[in-house]
Amino acid sequence: MSTIHTTATSWFFACKTSDVPTNGGVCVKYKDEQIALFYFARRNEWYATQNLCPHRRQMALSRGMTGTVKDEPKVACPFHKKTFSLKDGRCLSDETECAITTYPVKIVEDRVYIGVDMETAAV
Amino acid sequence: MRIVVIGNGMVGYKFCEKMITKSAGTVTELIVFGEEPRPAYDRVHLTSWFDGKTADDLLLASAEWYAQKGIQLHLGDPVVQIDRENKTVLSHKGITTTYDFLVIATGSAAFVPPVPGIDKKGVFIYRTIEDLEMMKAYAPKATRGAVIGGGLLGLEAAKALLDLGIRHTHVIEFSSRLMPRQIDEQGSAILQTKLANLGLKVLTGKNTREILGDDAITGLQFADDTILETDILIVSAGIKPRDEIAKTAGLLTGPRGGILVNEQMQTNDPAIYAIGECALYNNMIYGLVAPGYEMAEVAASHISGDIKAFTGFDMSTKLKLIGVDVASFGDPFTDPESCHSIVFEDKYKGTYKRINITTDGQFLLGGILIGDASAYNLLLQTTKNKLVLPANPEDLLLGSSRGNTDTGAGVTALPDEAIICSCESVSKGSICQAVSDGYETLETVKKCTKAGTCCGGCTPMVKDLITATMKAQGKYIRNVVCEHFAYSRQEMLDLIRVKSLRTFDEVLDHYGEGEGCEICKPVIASILASLWNDMILDKGNDTAQDSNDRYLANIQKGGTYSVVPRIPGGEITPEKLVVIGEIGAKYNLYTKITGGQRIDLFGAHLSDLPDIWAELIAAGFESGHAYGKALRTVKSCVGSTWCRFGLHDSVSFAIRIEERYRGLRAPHKIKSAVSGCIRECAEAQSKDFGIIATEKGWNLYVCGNGGSKPQHAQLLAADIDSDTCIRYIDRFLMFYIKTADPLTRTATWLNKLDGGMDYLRNVVLNDSLGIADQLETEMQLLVDNYKCEWKEVVENPELRKRFSHFVNAPADKDPTIKFETMRAQKKAAEWK
Repeated sequence: MSTIHTTATSWFFACKTSDVPTNGGVCVKYKDEQIALFYFARRNEWYATQNLCPHRRQMALSRGMTGTVKDEPKVACPFHKKTFSLKDGRCLSDETECAITTYPVKIVEDRVYIGVDMETAAV
Repeated sequence: MRIVVIGNGMVGYKFCEKMITKSAGTVTELIVFGEEPRPAYDRVHLTSWFDGKTADDLLLASAEWYAQKGIQLHLGDPVVQIDRENKTVLSHKGITTTYDFLVIATGSAAFVPPVPGIDKKGVFIYRTIEDLEMMKAYAPKATRGAVIGGGLLGLEAAKALLDLGIRHTHVIEFSSRLMPRQIDEQGSAILQTKLANLGLKVLTGKNTREILGDDAITGLQFADDTILETDILIVSAGIKPRDEIAKTAGLLTGPRGGILVNEQMQTNDPAIYAIGECALYNNMIYGLVAPGYEMAEVAASHISGDIKAFTGFDMSTKLKLIGVDVASFGDPFTDPESCHSIVFEDKYKGTYKRINITTDGQFLLGGILIGDASAYNLLLQTTKNKLVLPANPEDLLLGSSRGNTDTGAGVTALPDEAIICSCESVSKGSICQAVSDGYETLETVKKCTKAGTCCGGCTPMVKDLITATMKAQGKYIRNVVCEHFAYSRQEMLDLIRVKSLRTFDEVLDHYGEGEGCEICKPVIASILASLWNDMILDKGNDTAQDSNDRYLANIQKGGTYSVVPRIPGGEITPEKLVVIGEIGAKYNLYTKITGGQRIDLFGAHLSDLPDIWAELIAAGFESGHAYGKALRTVKSCVGSTWCRFGLHDSVSFAIRIEERYRGLRAPHKIKSAVSGCIRECAEAQSKDFGIIATEKGWNLYVCGNGGSKPQHAQLLAADIDSDTCIRYIDRFLMFYIKTADPLTRTATWLNKLDGGMDYLRNVVLNDSLGIADQLETEMQLLVDNYKCEWKEVVENPELRKRFSHFVNAPADKDPTIKFETMRAQKKAAEWK
């Protein structure tokens, strides 16, 4: 697994762009973590969040349906349809629900990189 | 003050309700004596008893209501004597009570003409729930039915016979046309044709001379010497006021019955009032509920010291007879000297509309509507409020059929005083006020204003008023799919079909905004599947599918999936059972028999799904679509092949049906069953469509539901052969798919369907919309396009690739998945 180091964020190679279904998500394994990666083909935007839905602690967000609410990108957990903002991770359908962690994504040619904190990457 | 009410029918009840409101804060004692064994019920909707409404559903108020309001209610105990001198009444059970005011609301009884043989078994009247119970008990003996009387009630009674399964029913009318008080010859002719299409034959100008038969009725002999054979007869030849007790007490009555009353509803004894169908005002008996309610209001006001006057009542009426609209308003038959009539007749569609306008073309006087009465409320209000007619009054008739359904303008044009609900005298102003006060749904407005709670005829207008008022406040929200599509599901389906769109992206490009969401994506995906039946994971539509459809399996606790192979009709060979057992053991799956006669295998890892299905398909299984809003199972009993009671081979028919509709996607899941005899072991009457064998063929029931709100399926067609049955199912399912809201099961869909079961039967059996061929063709296209979607995935490496948990480690399973053990099988670890 190759990593590219920048100042505060460490980027790791997740997969090829063609591995991700258009307007859908996949789960990326990073060490012992699971990260959900989403591709909004119509606006060519990429997002990454934790794969765990905090509601019932299920590894499921990558299998959720993506969409927008008033232009804000979101994902709905397949279990109970809790929706989370892909911009800041807050739960859109239930204010009392925990927010999820989001990660930056960058595309270099046909390769998808996800950014994680240095501490995490330093292992 | 003590008020005694004789009679606990609709009007007697309404009087109590009004009196309670008006006497609030005073010491008023209300004592009610009723002859029937139960509290007042909704007699207007008596026929709905046959559609499954219970006597309790029909109650206007429960016995507790009377108790709460401090009303003494004596049921099954009619008053037998009035002593005017001492102001007391004596009841049948011997209760004597004094009164300050006495209100007679004894209603009417059926008028039974003195025809010889009228007392034979199988002759009924149509008036009370007890009458219906007796009819229902007798009906299984009857295959042919007849009704004497072609008026409003007679036609209702004829519908009751049809509902009881008596398909050969005649209506006999003495005069030359049906509903002689409400409609003209031309209207009657159209109505007769429409009724004939529904299996109801009409004989006019027939005078019944004798009822034939030894002990029980076998037929009718008419004055013209013709004979009609029948096993059951309902007499509905009019009503006669129940005035016996008033007569005995020396109160004045009319020569043909009815207790004489003045404008305050007082009889010639000022302490005694008469209201409802027993009262005779100005030589007229008012046989509708709305004027009865008005009389109750007038009497209650007068007793409370207010002066209101009853000055006659508009007898306009609108009803749906066996799915056919019939309405008559204002003066339906004005003479040609004083007015012009505009008549529109469409013999092909079976509609007839007539309006009578003043000779100067300014005002509407009345009219008749048959086949399509959607304009009734507006026309009635235009008549009542003397609104000036548009330059082309014919637009009033043709508006809706020209596709111009903008009745909103019509509603807003009405003055605030216009009475919208004539049963409860609710004005437009009070309805709009209620909406402004925050009652924004039909249900809450009904509760708050009482509008539409009686005959329900004004409901469309109340709906329009709610919409118009909310629109005026800038609040109106259409029943659209979600923020991304400003159309209803039905509109989306039509648009997608017309443009032949095949992918979610195309649909979004044409009609949507934004990126879509978890609400609209499955709706559009389902519409695409219902229209074209393409492989649902193709063409980029995979990510528009609901999660279960996307992975062709049901996600379970912990993130594993369940696998349900199709087992049509629940029939499976021992060899196939062994295969399922071996696969279950190999992949360590929890196995359970489902409620739909198949086997569910739980706990499969996402990445194992294609391998599991490859093995199942190799053994001859295919997808069971347990994950889709689609046809699930067609359950069957063992049928005539083994069962000593079985009439037909229910298993073979269930398999034929399951294989025809497998993979059919719909607004919600669809379940079915076939029973081989009336014992109904397959529980077909709890399914979206269920089939039960009869001696002559199959009975087809539709729109049943288990679940949280169980509902029995209703009979759509009786004694049909297998091919006809499938044709009707094709039409029924396709009509449901095309018109239901998202995630609406057939039962809820039917409950919301305007016109209900009669309407649906008309569409499916009589092709009243002229779309039956189209529906069948569309269904055939879906049937022909069917492919097992799991087979396609198994054979396609690109699609298979999607079934791994980690995109960058396809061989790894999700390490967080945990199982526990219970009764020697695994179960998902409990979630937090």
